[in-house]
Amino acid sequence: MSEILPEDLHYTKSHEWVRKLPGGEVEVGITDHAQEALGDLVFVEVPEAGRRVAAGEACAVVESVKAASDIYSPVDGVVVASNAALASTPELLNEAPYGAGWLMRIAVDGDGALAGLLDADAYAALLAEESK
Amino acid sequence: MAFIPHTTEDVAEMLAAIGASRVDELFDEIPAALVAAPLQGVPPALSEMQVGRLMSERAAQDGRPLCFIGAGAYEHHIPAPVWAIATRGEFYSAYTPYQAEASQGTLQVIYEYQSMMCALTGMEVSNASLYDGASALAEACLTAVRAHRASTSRRILVPRTINPVYLAVAQTIAGNQNVVFQPVDFDRAQGRTLIDALRPYEGEDYAAVVVQQPNYFGVLEQVDALVDWAHENDMLVIAVVNPLSLAVLKPPGEWGSPAAAKRGADIVCGEGQPLGVPLSSGGPYFGFMTTRMQYVRQMPGRIVGRTVDVDGREGFTLTLQAREQHIRRSKANSNICTNQGLTVTAATIYLALLGADGLARVAEASMARTRELVAALTAVRGVRALFTGENFHEAVLGFDRPVAPLLAALAQRGIQGGLDLSERFPELGHALLVCATETKTAEDIARYARALEELQNPAALTRGAA
Repeated sequence: MSEILPEDLHYTKSHEWVRKLPGGEVEVGITDHAQEALGDLVFVEVPEAGRRVAAGEACAVVESVKAASDIYSPVDGVVVASNAALASTPELLNEAPYGAGWLMRIAVDGDGALAGLLDADAYAALLAEESK
Repeated sequence: MAFIPHTTEDVAEMLAAIGASRVDELFDEIPAALVAAPLQGVPPALSEMQVGRLMSERAAQDGRPLCFIGAGAYEHHIPAPVWAIATRGEFYSAYTPYQAEASQGTLQVIYEYQSMMCALTGMEVSNASLYDGASALAEACLTAVRAHRASTSRRILVPRTINPVYLAVAQTIAGNQNVVFQPVDFDRAQGRTLIDALRPYEGEDYAAVVVQQPNYFGVLEQVDALVDWAHENDMLVIAVVNPLSLAVLKPPGEWGSPAAAKRGADIVCGEGQPLGVPLSSGGPYFGFMTTRMQYVRQMPGRIVGRTVDVDGREGFTLTLQAREQHIRRSKANSNICTNQGLTVTAATIYLALLGADGLARVAEASMARTRELVAALTAVRGVRALFTGENFHEAVLGFDRPVAPLLAALAQRGIQGGLDLSERFPELGHALLVCATETKTAEDIARYARALEELQNPAALTRGAA
């Protein structure tokens, strides 16, 4: 089964995606592969706006019927918004992981923040490696 | 449920299958430095007959004293049906069976227990219980730190009027997770916490305030003012309550003035022992915790929910387990969140048998006996009530001489006269914490007062005899 991997996004090894927005901000979510692996999501806990996060820091929790998993910030920065719709409709993460199911927007520190992230090809290779 | 351990043959067969020669080999990966030495001071194994005899002798040493000690564990009458039902084979198990397909009765009991605890405390959700009142406070503090989303503070304000044993346990458990407890002093005349003592922390970043009602001295705290102050300063409120007292006092969910923007405690915890669990030398008891729905995912432990099966029939099952340690490992809400199934079963039956009216009668009778006890003992020369605050069913008495020798002499007369506070609260002088519940009669109280009179005023007695 092949997952959807938009070419314009950046990815992490821990299965988050990052979309570059104008004005030094990024949007963060979890990949189609991640939502598929987690199963039906029943609860999403997102950070409050204003919280400072470091790359690799656990800053959100997604809970399915069988597990609760941490979501790690892909970048250093400050959370400027989180997706309030997820509180009442966590299933958005399953239905539209790259769209309405976004988790948070972060104002990134500096310019080189996305340098260490994977592109779609590299993430696809990672998934192929993991499924072996 | 039957529990049948592996036979020697089973073990040999399993070892052969995995290619190990002995069970200890399975633990070889643990570094030798981390392996505990054989336990010191543990005697060799005894036979069942020898253990039975030893325990009978030890139990006999306790005698049947007339007990006026409370301080967190309370002697109440337990109606005979409580343990007759709780020890039925369907409930009586060393481990709570949770499989929904095999344990509907057990799960329903826990569900009913949760419902009753929510009703008593005025909260929206309850877990299936915790170990005891002290560890419940520790878990409540950790829950508050997780739940307070506007603050990352790990500091908690703790009035010194809470049970000092609870604070010690909370420090042991939560202190290792960098939770810091800031003590708040109490008013020496009233025996309770005043808002003035909290003023220095106004506007400071604290996650929560602990409020114990009734407090360790048996005095009623001004909970409405304390809760309003906490919420005005953006702190959560952890209520520590005696569940029996809630039959006559306002539930923590309604603490605070009606006009306040936010009302009620946020997390309620405490010791469940007064609800049908015998003193039995200190345990096993059970701890309880309830909270608001918005914090349910931060609460440790199991929760039983009511649902329907594929055919639409009502059933009960564990729910919200995703934050537990078998799934979250070191990131679990708690790593000591098993429940106390058997004592909870007894408490549920106790509450169901007594009902709201019965529980209120027990609470009112206990308050009345304590008032009579305080009146009788303070009539003795050299004994006075130490605090002016109103009491539930415990009170602190002040003496004109050290309390320990008096208690020893009372014990020789078959009376446990109370708890000496001089070690934990030296600033109170010669202070004694006393308690009377519905189990004490007018004659019991008179007997204590007579014995105390003899000990306090031996000269008068000698003259009388001469």
